[in-house]
Amino acid sequence: MPETREIPVVWIQAATCSGCSVSVLNSAAPKITDVLLSEVIPGRHVNLRFQATVMAGSGEPVVEVLDAAAKGDPGSYVLVVEGSIPTRDGGVYGTLGEEPMVDRVVALAKNAMAIVGLGTCASFGGIFAADPNPGGCVSVGALLKEKGIDAPLINVPGCPPHPDWFIGTIATILVGGLSAVEVDELGRPTRFFGRLIHENCPRRAYFDEGKFAQHLSDEGCLYELGCKGTIAHADCPLRRWNNGTNWVIGSGAPCNGCVEPEFPDLISPFYERLPEEALLVPRKES
Amino acid sequence: MRTVVIDPVTRIEGHLKIEATVDDGVVVEARSTGTLFRGIELILRGRDPRDAPRITQRICGVCPTAHATASTFALDEAFGIADRIPTNGRVIRNLILGCNYIQSHVLHFYHLAALDYVDVTEVATYEGSDPGLLAAKAFLGRGELGPFVPRYEGDYRFPTDVAQLLASHYVQAFDVRRKAHELLAVFGGKMPHNVGIVPGGVTQIPEVDTIAGFLWRLNEIRHFIDHVYVPDVLEVARAYGDYTEIGGGCGSFISYGGFRLESGRFLDSGTTSMDLAPQELDVGKITESVAHSWYSDDGESRHPTAGKTEPAPTKEEGYSWLKSPRYDGRVYEGGPLARMLVNYGRGNEKVKGLIDHVLSALDAEPAALNSVLGRHAARAIECKLVADAMADWVLDLVPGGEVYAPYEIPDEGEGAGLTAAPRGALGHWVRLKNGVIDHYQCVVPTTWNASPKDEQGNPGPVEQAIVGTPIRDDENPFEIVRIVRSFDPCLACAVHLNTPRGRSLGRYVVS
Repeated sequence: MPETREIPVVWIQAATCSGCSVSVLNSAAPKITDVLLSEVIPGRHVNLRFQATVMAGSGEPVVEVLDAAAKGDPGSYVLVVEGSIPTRDGGVYGTLGEEPMVDRVVALAKNAMAIVGLGTCASFGGIFAADPNPGGCVSVGALLKEKGIDAPLINVPGCPPHPDWFIGTIATILVGGLSAVEVDELGRPTRFFGRLIHENCPRRAYFDEGKFAQHLSDEGCLYELGCKGTIAHADCPLRRWNNGTNWVIGSGAPCNGCVEPEFPDLISPFYERLPEEALLVPRKES
Repeated sequence: MRTVVIDPVTRIEGHLKIEATVDDGVVVEARSTGTLFRGIELILRGRDPRDAPRITQRICGVCPTAHATASTFALDEAFGIADRIPTNGRVIRNLILGCNYIQSHVLHFYHLAALDYVDVTEVATYEGSDPGLLAAKAFLGRGELGPFVPRYEGDYRFPTDVAQLLASHYVQAFDVRRKAHELLAVFGGKMPHNVGIVPGGVTQIPEVDTIAGFLWRLNEIRHFIDHVYVPDVLEVARAYGDYTEIGGGCGSFISYGGFRLESGRFLDSGTTSMDLAPQELDVGKITESVAHSWYSDDGESRHPTAGKTEPAPTKEEGYSWLKSPRYDGRVYEGGPLARMLVNYGRGNEKVKGLIDHVLSALDAEPAALNSVLGRHAARAIECKLVADAMADWVLDLVPGGEVYAPYEIPDEGEGAGLTAAPRGALGHWVRLKNGVIDHYQCVVPTTWNASPKDEQGNPGPVEQAIVGTPIRDDENPFEIVRIVRSFDPCLACAVHLNTPRGRSLGRYVVS
């Protein structure tokens, strides 16, 4: 039997709700146990060295895993960052293993082969960086830029991200390397974030006919009720959520545009119609 | 004397550090520290109130539905529509919350707690045909054992065959918790962070096919709860019987009640001690101290709606981002154990039947429930109670019937939303001004349970549960992490910032 190649992954949680972790646990094919235990791609095993939600150990022994990665051979692991990173007052608003999270992320990022920003907080700042951003939370990309760290970064946004978006991105890296992941100008894999929700929405015909729902639970396009599917890039209508059971608009709720850098500040109020001119505003620098 | 520092405590939700001072093999002092601050309540100020259930769900990705529930209850009240929610809307809200109870409790026992009791490396000698165990065996054979090693060593007690069976249930339970989220998505759209629960009701009209699909997905999960989860908790209890004597907390318990029925609640509210004679809950008696929290302090404890709190990360006396909620000035524990004890004391027949069954299986008295194993048993019992009830509730739905009551947002208004979250008593308080959020407040389960000392120097429930515990090996402090995890801490929920302005909303009595 050919030898299995171990791909070490260090997954660090900063200012997060852990929803990204929980969403990845929802992966249906492969199942999360397949990812943890088996060769997710023949000959390749994701060796999850650190993941605080599932790992057996606690305290000093597991902090040593982080330290060993940061001080070990350069480029020997993939770093997954979940959550935005608190930076106010030197990062005292978030610590891990008795060190500011920001210091841990910087040390791990410097030494990583590649970095995946998992979820909208890590990708763009997200909820915890929303105004007035009490902890001074920043995205991974912003932190790398500020610290002058030139490490390859892929953003897999979503609040939470669909498990397929993450597993699919990791699988692509395992098969073809980082260059195999085609990304948009925001660093998102185009495979998952290449088209607007609106382009594939089953309620699109209502929009074209001008039939708009007036109240939640009504038939019709949800645009007037605040749906942001017209500006949100994701394949939710085709992929659907939770093993294809349902999805946001399928349950009669407007899309919150959670995959975009404008989430939540510029995209809220969530239940107010997007001004038509918003569709024409150039995207801000992320 | 030696201080054992555990940072991070993993397999919980959020960021927690525990420091325990061990003298002559016994913990003499414990400090529980929430190590992350995000300030979600500050973020809510000035926003459209309808955004609150969506934003507060992001407090916690493990129990977001409880926040959506508390937030919509508060907004229903503030909008003056609490009595207009259609029956379908009320029922679907309960179903969505119930699905996440199941998910949360199964996840907690198998994926967050069980690795403290079950040595998964026993699978290395497995000879059968279970695909999950064969995959685990191949994994062990390759020798790269992350994320299962490193770990604390030395107190795994199951014989190989039992350890292998429990390991196979660990693998199976990943499917079950995933399916509980799929069940939730039937009416909640997606999970984590459901989109169905909104002020006025829910967003999706139930139809015959979705009702049937829900019921049969649920029945598959109920089979697992009855025939795997509950028996496995008893299996652990038999092997680790000493853990009915370890980890007893403050001995006072609080429940806000949960799951609104046509009248009353499926789980009652109240407070009780181990005498199991519950008292009515008076929410006006809740105060929060910041004496040992990293917030500036004027020495006064306040009702949550009048909280006066500003971050002070360098405060000398502070050691946590958690505040210290107290009831009538005293320390109270929340969670499934608290709810089961209150409802047992109230004479709830189903609760009584299940708890008595467990106690007789373990040949134990009710006093044994105030322990590490008591918390695990109460959680499993509650999981079964809620799952069974959901199978009845889903049949109360009227196919095609209305789910949502339209409303206008008033300029002014205030409301309180109290509910039972998987981990304990959850309350949201909101006040509106000029049609936007002026003040928002969450007091959450783990703030109660993992709180630091209050102004009188009384340690929080987790701290009290650790103190007095004998530690066999302070390099491998199993006892401490087992105690802490029995509370199912959710630090992401617990650490929040109260807005500096605020006034009392008066007294709320939950019946």
